[in-house]
Amino acid sequence: MGAAPLLEVEDLHVRFRTRTGLVEAVRGLSFSLGREKLGVVGESGSGKSMTGRAILGLVPPPGEVTAARLSFAGQDLLRLGEAGMRALRGRRISMVLQDPKFSLNPVMRVGDQVAEAYRRHHRASRRDAYDRSIAMLEQVRIRDARRVYDLYPHEVSGGMGQRIMIAMMLIPEPDVIIADEPTSALDVTVQMQVLAILDDLVTQRGMGLVFISHDLALVGSFCDRVVVMYGGRAMETLAARDLAGASHPYTRGLLSCLPSLDRPVAALPTLVRDPAWMGR
Amino acid sequence: MAARDWLLAPTPGSRLQSRLGQAYLRWLAFRSNPLACVGLAIVVALLLLALLAPAIATHDPLAQSLARRLQPPSAEHYFGTDALGRDIFSRIVHGARITLLVVLVVVVTVGPIGLLVGTAAGYAGGALDTVLMRVTDIFLAFPRLILALAFVAALGPGIENAVIAIAFTAWPPYARVARAEAMVIRNADFIAATRLQGASPLRIVLRHVMPLCVPSLIVRSTLDMAGIILTAAGLGFLGLGAQPPMPEWGAMIATGRDYIFDQWWVATMPGIAICVVALGFNLLGDGLRDVLDPKQGQ
Amino acid sequence: MTLARASRLVGREVAAVAVTFLGLLLVTFFIGRVVPIDPVLAAVGDRAPAEVYERVRIELGLHLPLHEQFWIYLRKIAAGDLGQSVLTSNPVLVDIGRVFPATLELATLGTIIGVSLGVPAGVLAAVHRGTWIDQVVRVVGLFGFSVPVFWLGLVGLLVFYRVLGVVGGPGRLGVAFDDIVDPITGVILLDAALRGEWEVFRNAFSHLILPASVLGYFSLAYVSRMTRSFMLEQLRQEYVTTARVKGLPEGRVVWRHALGNAMVPLITVIALSYANLLEGSVLTETVFAWPGLGRYITNSLLNADMNAVLGGTLVVGAVFIGLNMLADILYRLVDPRAR
Repeated sequence: MGAAPLLEVEDLHVRFRTRTGLVEAVRGLSFSLGREKLGVVGESGSGKSMTGRAILGLVPPPGEVTAARLSFAGQDLLRLGEAGMRALRGRRISMVLQDPKFSLNPVMRVGDQVAEAYRRHHRASRRDAYDRSIAMLEQVRIRDARRVYDLYPHEVSGGMGQRIMIAMMLIPEPDVIIADEPTSALDVTVQMQVLAILDDLVTQRGMGLVFISHDLALVGSFCDRVVVMYGGRAMETLAARDLAGASHPYTRGLLSCLPSLDRPVAALPTLVRDPAWMGR
Repeated sequence: MAARDWLLAPTPGSRLQSRLGQAYLRWLAFRSNPLACVGLAIVVALLLLALLAPAIATHDPLAQSLARRLQPPSAEHYFGTDALGRDIFSRIVHGARITLLVVLVVVVTVGPIGLLVGTAAGYAGGALDTVLMRVTDIFLAFPRLILALAFVAALGPGIENAVIAIAFTAWPPYARVARAEAMVIRNADFIAATRLQGASPLRIVLRHVMPLCVPSLIVRSTLDMAGIILTAAGLGFLGLGAQPPMPEWGAMIATGRDYIFDQWWVATMPGIAICVVALGFNLLGDGLRDVLDPKQGQ
Repeated sequence: MTLARASRLVGREVAAVAVTFLGLLLVTFFIGRVVPIDPVLAAVGDRAPAEVYERVRIELGLHLPLHEQFWIYLRKIAAGDLGQSVLTSNPVLVDIGRVFPATLELATLGTIIGVSLGVPAGVLAAVHRGTWIDQVVRVVGLFGFSVPVFWLGLVGLLVFYRVLGVVGGPGRLGVAFDDIVDPITGVILLDAALRGEWEVFRNAFSHLILPASVLGYFSLAYVSRMTRSFMLEQLRQEYVTTARVKGLPEGRVVWRHALGNAMVPLITVIALSYANLLEGSVLTETVFAWPGLGRYITNSLLNADMNAVLGGTLVVGAVFIGLNMLADILYRLVDPRAR
């Protein structure tokens, strides 16, 4: 981990007031991020996606975000205001969304979407932004970038779409990137390819990465540290290499649910959830 | 509260209880929409007005009195009098009957036709669907009022012919809605199950497909009623609908047209009546759509 | 899109439209046959001797079986012959050519007013969903579905012409301005501008603005409602989040990204509302003494001039079909997925 953490999260809460009562998506989550790869794992509904959105200030209207501390490079994100957050989004902190089928604008050329992200944060001529975008598309290993630039999202494959998404989010050169299940909508064959590209670029540029996933094995192999979430809070935080020796029963439960080739079992155990983990 | 608990029981004891419970929940949702309640109130008021017209009207709607012509609104004549000295308030009250009659006759004839054409096309698919939808498209391609005009021109003016002309032009959207529903239902698993049990296509359409299309058709026809009222009034205004001395609202506006600058009430009052009633049906339809057809409501 | 592909697209569209148009002709043909008015009597007058009557009957082809009569009807239409107006003794097509620009002028300005106000209103309602802005747009829209156009025209004349005096009265021009400008297109605003007659332009505009606004209100009601619903749909999509993540200002997210997608279905809505205004003009023109197609049809109707009524109906129907076709083509041009 670097000297000062880039991102600090302490006692983060995300609540939704609905007609049927208060729903707490995230309850008291804490972690910090340096120039490293941090995995956030949990089942669906564990609040991991909401965490990413809360950091970017993009929790949709009835949601409320509170935290003892939510800061980026020393700036308090909760006091930054909408204009301040907008200058920060994309430029300093960015996010790769799950499914390029839905997360790219269907009526805009993909290249223009990449160039738009660049021009928002850098004074650049049209021509300049175009050249930059072509270079960025090449960096995510798109051959024939000039042709791809002019395509519409429905004309590219899922893997290509996600690489375009990564290009779009990295082109303003942010310090932190949040990847929200970036490969779960892709075919298994291209998952690794996309991950490798993401990994290379993050390492090259020395960025911090928050990798949100439900896939414990993937996170374990890909990240430096892992936060295991359940019911909106962190069960434990540990280095990825120590995952096998995890102490928390939930993490152990998750691990033992994974099928293994060298130690086959007749039936995989089901996950046992202890209500006590939720209380405090 | 016992009734409420019975209605909202999480595990109803009978089908009736479950259905009533569902209806009650819908009613609760409907009631929480104030605009829809205003719509319902207006429609109920229209029904009462039409039902009790002779009791509510202060004068004979047809009684002329040239001595009292074109009088402004007063305690004696709430909405003033027209060029023949007839009491406008009483004419509007009696006109509610005509409006309601037109709307009901059109909806009652058009609904089943649209349902039949739409479900047949949607369920059968193939050539029948293509032919029926082409015919529907042709009728949809005509502007409704102009087609109605041409029909009335052919059949001759009068309230009956106006109703026929409106009905003739009003069915295609119903067929479209029913077809869209039927095409979705056709592929549902329970229809496949019924087919496997050996039910005939006719039975499937009549017993299973049609009943499921009815809610969206009810919504559609409530929203359509305002359009029917406006078309009928338009025909009346052009002198092609209800003939004098019938107190039809559109025709009443036409008679007030010559006096609009000096005796504004003659044309304005029936216009307000049309607006209020049409708005009532629109608000009600909007609210019903939110409750019965949540997919479409925003 | 390649030119060949575009022309194939247009070709398919034209074929579908041809079938619809044939149906339209069938309907007008049959309406023409069930009329209780005797077309022979209308042509020869009721004092003509029996042999003249019989000769005209044969000239009009009324002794032939129906399908042959229909074939003759089709051939006539193809040659641009809609018959002769009994009222004006002109060929119906000539009459329509004369009155149509007035209607076009009215409906076009009405659509411009309706779209330029209705789209922003719908967008604002969707963005501020559930607030008072949304409620106002909703009620204004529903009211537009509830008010009779002829009544709104009358009240408009009363308030803006009689009481406030801010607009010109009925008709296209004041009496003093008649016949100053020689028609080029038949659209007075254009003609006056082309000839540099700005006094006439101003007078024509003062007469046009009220009926166009009345029609525009109906377009606004429809367009704002549909815009709101399309925008709500779009604002829920993931790509909107992507745009926000990029740090784009909310204005660009809403007006460029979300509205850019909502425009795709909106094109059809706008074309439909334009077509609806042509229909609404029937009643509006009557109220405003506007010498357009709508008034031509109603006048002919009241004088039992069936050729003119059916010719007018046919033309409006054809414009309707044409606009629908145009909407379909534009839709595919705007939506990259439909190409």
